[in-house]
Amino acid sequence: MTTLTQFTEPTAQAAGAADALLEGHLTLTRGAFTLDTGAFAFPAQGVSVLFGRSGSGKSTLLRAITGLDAATRGTLRFQGEAWQNQARRLPATLRNIGFVFQEAALFNHLNVRGNLHYALARAPASAPGALEQLAARVGISHLLHQSVTTLSGGERQRVAIARALLSQPRLLCMDEPLSALDWRAKSELLALIDALAQETGIPVLYITHSPREVERLASRVIFMADGRIERVESLREALARPDSALFDEEGPVSVLQGSLQASDESGLASFGNPMLRLRLSLATAARPSATRLRVLARDVSLATVQPQGLSILNQLPITITALHPGGQGRVTVVCTLADGQALLAEITAYSSQALALAPGMQAFALIKSVALME
Amino acid sequence: MNFAGITPGEWQAIWLTAKLAGLTTLILLLLSAPLAWWLARSGSRLVNSVAALVALPLVLPPTVIGFYLLIVLGPQGAVGGTLERLGLPHLAFSFWGILVGSVIYSLPFAVQPLREAFGAIDTRLLDAAATMRAGALDRFFSVVLPLSRSGILTAVVITFAHTVGEFGVIAMLGGSIAGETRVVSIAIYDYTQALNYGAAHRLSAILLGFSFLTLMLFYAINQRVMNPLKPR
Repeated sequence: MTTLTQFTEPTAQAAGAADALLEGHLTLTRGAFTLDTGAFAFPAQGVSVLFGRSGSGKSTLLRAITGLDAATRGTLRFQGEAWQNQARRLPATLRNIGFVFQEAALFNHLNVRGNLHYALARAPASAPGALEQLAARVGISHLLHQSVTTLSGGERQRVAIARALLSQPRLLCMDEPLSALDWRAKSELLALIDALAQETGIPVLYITHSPREVERLASRVIFMADGRIERVESLREALARPDSALFDEEGPVSVLQGSLQASDESGLASFGNPMLRLRLSLATAARPSATRLRVLARDVSLATVQPQGLSILNQLPITITALHPGGQGRVTVVCTLADGQALLAEITAYSSQALALAPGMQAFALIKSVALME
Repeated sequence: MNFAGITPGEWQAIWLTAKLAGLTTLILLLLSAPLAWWLARSGSRLVNSVAALVALPLVLPPTVIGFYLLIVLGPQGAVGGTLERLGLPHLAFSFWGILVGSVIYSLPFAVQPLREAFGAIDTRLLDAAATMRAGALDRFFSVVLPLSRSGILTAVVITFAHTVGEFGVIAMLGGSIAGETRVVSIAIYDYTQALNYGAAHRLSAILLGFSFLTLMLFYAINQRVMNPLKPR
């Protein structure tokens, strides 16, 4: 069973050439579990998130891609370079991969500096002071002389990330790096990982089963189920599909991209772009660098005429693109905003009929609450 | 040299014991490390058979091991005979013979702690090292050995102490040749046979004190190695 997974991202078409791709078809049997990806190809740039339930094969695929499992069969090319084919398998030591594990996998017999130096000593020569600079960038300068057994979970992952980056990888793999952390460490590290991916330009493969991490980080989503790659979609495509696996927990969600402007005299900040403007109370605007805004579909109502006398701040003109009947008498309405971004609204089937909603209709979206993603 | 009434012959036995135990420990460390790694990590179907072979000296009477070695290493045996044909001496009743015997007899005491230490190492650490370009040998020396310190120390101390306490294999294979095979335990036996209880007391007390001090030092060091929070 081999289906070529399509990708239709604008960035992929712009880059176009095969030298920017991670492509192949890998199989790997471990005990009773079999990974058989099917043929895949997606751009090796930005953050590619492997998403799926536990047992769907995310970690196995990542190990197969890194070359850490000798039983891996099939083909794999990274940026035009053969990592595996029928004839040979490039060992993990020669693939220039950085790996951050769920439990950080730090060396207890070395202190923090020793762990960082382990990577540095085996990497191509780097500028003097690279270790100190990176330690400062990820916020562990004050920990360099400490034993790694004294670190908190968040600090351990910072060390693991710095260590992986010091080995100058061409591809950074992260296997649920945040799953063992509390919410505060999680959100700080999400911001750090996002920033580092952009600053370094190193493509990232990131495993998670948390939709929020996907929405926060992903350039594209690789959906996995039963040891297969089901589909590869840009984050925008993935979020525009009301039956997306991303919505299994909290229901449909929209992620709007834009930038944040400081509060005006009314005490409200605004988020968006010249075509789109949402207003936020100060409390939600604590993070000036936020570029993504999260809206639950169940917090969005629709009106066919612009309502008057409402306390709801954000009333945006939209065009209805599609209606997807869901379970329990509810309908997910896919709307297009003025700037082309998609917004999902979840309403009752009764309301949908009463308002005679149909694709192509102009209407207004009333957004009850939004959350900045940081 | 006349310390606590120890005779030159007894000094010779003490030195011979130390030499035998030291060389046995050195050889066993080099031999056991790859063997223990294979037992701990290979997942081969042969692991249980090989582990049983290695553990045999734990349950066999030393006389049985000594008897077979005497046959094999002696002038008519496969090894001893071959050596003779090559113009070399056979190994029965020689220091090199009891060294071979000690290595075989103490093998499980070196392999078992190393196997446990190697088996306890988180494979993700090795994976992480591999992604940082550390090859197999590099990983062994830079990750496996430092993390196995406690197991290595255990193997060294137990192997050394066990060889010092060896008697049956040496008695069978080496007899009691002064300067060649008469180690302390054999000398004690000889003294007892000759009803020289004073000398037997002296040497027995030395072995008892040595064994106790070695084990005490071992536990003290091990406690420090095992506690990673203390500054190094």
